[in-house]
Amino acid sequence: MNQVKVIEGSEAVALAVRACRPQVISAYPISPQTHIVEWLAKMVADGELDSEFVNVESEFSAASVISGASAAGSRAYTASSSQGLLLMTEVLYASAGMRLPFVITGVNRAISVPISIQIDQQDTISLRDSGVIQFYVESSQEAYDTHIAAFKIAEDPGILLPVMVCMDGWILTHSYERVSMMEQKEVDRFLPPFQPIHFLDVNNPKTWGSHTEADVLMEFKYAVHGAMQNGKERMKEIFSELANMTGRNYGGLIEAYRTEDAEIILVAIGSLAGTIKEAVDELRSNNERVGLVKIRCYRPFPHEDIWDAIKGAKIVLVTEADFSMGSEGAVGMDLKSKLCGRPNSPHVVDFITGLGGREVNKRTIYQIVQKGQEVLASGGYLPEPYWVDLNRNILP
Amino acid sequence: MDLQQISNQEDLFASGHRACHGCGMSLAVRHILKATGKNVIVVTPTGCLETFASPYGYSPWRVPWIHHLFENGPSIATGIVAALRAQKRDGVRVLVIAGDGSTFDIGFGALSGMLERGDDVLYICVDNEAYMNTGGQRSAASPMYSSTTTDPAGRKSLGKTQNKKDLPFIVAAHGVPYVAIASVAYLKDLQKKVKKAMEYHGPRYIQVHTPCPSVWGFPSDRTLEIGRLAVNSALVPLFEMEWGKVTSIQKIKKKIPVTDYLKSQKRFSHLFKKDQGDAELANIQAIANQHIEKFGLLARTKTGS
Amino acid sequence: MKISIGAVVIGGTSINYKTGGWRDEKPIIHVELCKACGLCEMVCPDSAVHVVNKVYIIDYDYCKGCGLCAYECPTKAIEMISEEK
Repeated sequence: MNQVKVIEGSEAVALAVRACRPQVISAYPISPQTHIVEWLAKMVADGELDSEFVNVESEFSAASVISGASAAGSRAYTASSSQGLLLMTEVLYASAGMRLPFVITGVNRAISVPISIQIDQQDTISLRDSGVIQFYVESSQEAYDTHIAAFKIAEDPGILLPVMVCMDGWILTHSYERVSMMEQKEVDRFLPPFQPIHFLDVNNPKTWGSHTEADVLMEFKYAVHGAMQNGKERMKEIFSELANMTGRNYGGLIEAYRTEDAEIILVAIGSLAGTIKEAVDELRSNNERVGLVKIRCYRPFPHEDIWDAIKGAKIVLVTEADFSMGSEGAVGMDLKSKLCGRPNSPHVVDFITGLGGREVNKRTIYQIVQKGQEVLASGGYLPEPYWVDLNRNILP
Repeated sequence: MDLQQISNQEDLFASGHRACHGCGMSLAVRHILKATGKNVIVVTPTGCLETFASPYGYSPWRVPWIHHLFENGPSIATGIVAALRAQKRDGVRVLVIAGDGSTFDIGFGALSGMLERGDDVLYICVDNEAYMNTGGQRSAASPMYSSTTTDPAGRKSLGKTQNKKDLPFIVAAHGVPYVAIASVAYLKDLQKKVKKAMEYHGPRYIQVHTPCPSVWGFPSDRTLEIGRLAVNSALVPLFEMEWGKVTSIQKIKKKIPVTDYLKSQKRFSHLFKKDQGDAELANIQAIANQHIEKFGLLARTKTGS
Repeated sequence: MKISIGAVVIGGTSINYKTGGWRDEKPIIHVELCKACGLCEMVCPDSAVHVVNKVYIIDYDYCKGCGLCAYECPTKAIEMISEEK
């Protein structure tokens, strides 16, 4: 019988990670991720988790320790946020190129300067080029389930890439939810021990990290992209397999919520999707044909699945808490690039919301929908992304 | 250990690597691996050694070897040690073989972390006293008044003004079981120190002085000779420290003035030009004299010191 | 040949690259002067000196001609001569 407890989101993640039996865990504190590694540390100290728990002197080392462990054939895990994730950037690119399958929790938090511990998704979004697979979750339950799937996806011989499970700081990590936990033997059945295709082995000496010339480097990079692209179907299979065991189906790489006959479709990642679902329900009850595409897997970008969900709509409103300075929001850019040139595709407008933890509630969503309707009425094109709730009076 | 014994050991660093003629580092690595044997996993951060020993498809490493990044040799090693412990792969040891750029500068924080944690890693710095892979830029290991490409001697400068960072003592201050300085000019001593280090568990550090003919500027057949001059001038004292106390030193039988060592290399040639360099040479001699006093480097003869 | 996963390759494959082509000078061992002390084998950075029944042989496939063996030989049994191209 599955156990159901009301627990902090961080504890849910720690319990999921524990169930996956990582051999090596590295830890460096940064808000709002720290509770996760603290839960894990306590489990190790109490003999409830048989992992090598390594306290490191920086996030660069946190990511490096699990990279070394993975190359040596161990399942490994760490977590970070914000500045810590940025500090890991070089390591993540390297380990993705080296095809090391470990799991990291990216607890979303704004990036300095100004320093803020409030949430937005700039940190994990900034890593989107690295070759690390990225999932975004809406709830603590989804965080629990997705971490378990993440290890299996990372270690799949056709994928072999690091996986980052991204979850909003404070809102998910520090709030309490009912979470249903799997039994250990079920997790063991779903996730057998890590079988590396190669590992640092004195009986079979191999060389990791050679340097390459122009004759092969492009192919190596393509291989990472290819592993992500070709891995999409396998990821869906793995999510499906887990859903059959737990009874909780999140839809695969995206969740299409009430999009079937929608004229206006919102697109979002993370916990904001939960707020938007409520707003969609209320708008629907007023006969507005609105829907939501919640992107669960951001890298690889599941544009095929997104297209299937949005192709009938007139306009798509991307709401995101990140921004590529000098251009536009990243998710908006990804979507627009995939639709560019596609015949009969809906208009796409990019809305920037919630940077630095600014509240995004149902009222904000209605505002966005209204703005979207205005844009649609005037031809559907907005040259600059729309910064929601921006207080222009205080700009210098 | 006699020479015949050394010759017959298994060569775990194969021919065909792309080191320069007479490279001190490549010779050192040959002997390090002879001393450790094959039950080791080696981590090498970015640098000369990594570059000449890993063109894709042409690896000389007959032991498992990983190059990840420039500044994380120690943390990659920590991760491997943790994995070996978790997998109960007893008897497999972990080595870092890293250049001075990585060790003294960019990887210094990671090194300190590894030492503080007490991880069972033998960290060997092959020290050619500059960022050689990129043409010889200044590192914290570059000696005082050496000319490097980013701190060159010129009309207004006589090269690096800072002294070489005293890394062995910094490492020892972390409370580690074994620290040593060795030299590629004394290969039997190098093997002995590596073997001794392997008997300990916990973090251990050996700094191996490895002259570089290409950039220091001397003929490729003089690598060991230059190394001997460095040791006999007392600029490179060879010693061992166990748990923070100096337990052995290699005494100098025939002390030479530092100028004998310095004038044989292009990187110090600016100190020997007319009307300059005397004060600097005196400073360098003072450093050597400090080593002599601190470590008691001069051999006592029958007639007294 | 297909690229490997993660650029991981088998070790020891450097022997497929013959660095002997780098030489300007090559060492010749004068056997009559050699006392088989083993120093040349020890100091070669490229493992290009081999011992067979106490006979020391240079492996010209890999010898880069650095001259360390000749310089260090205690009996001056090794002579560096110009590489014939």
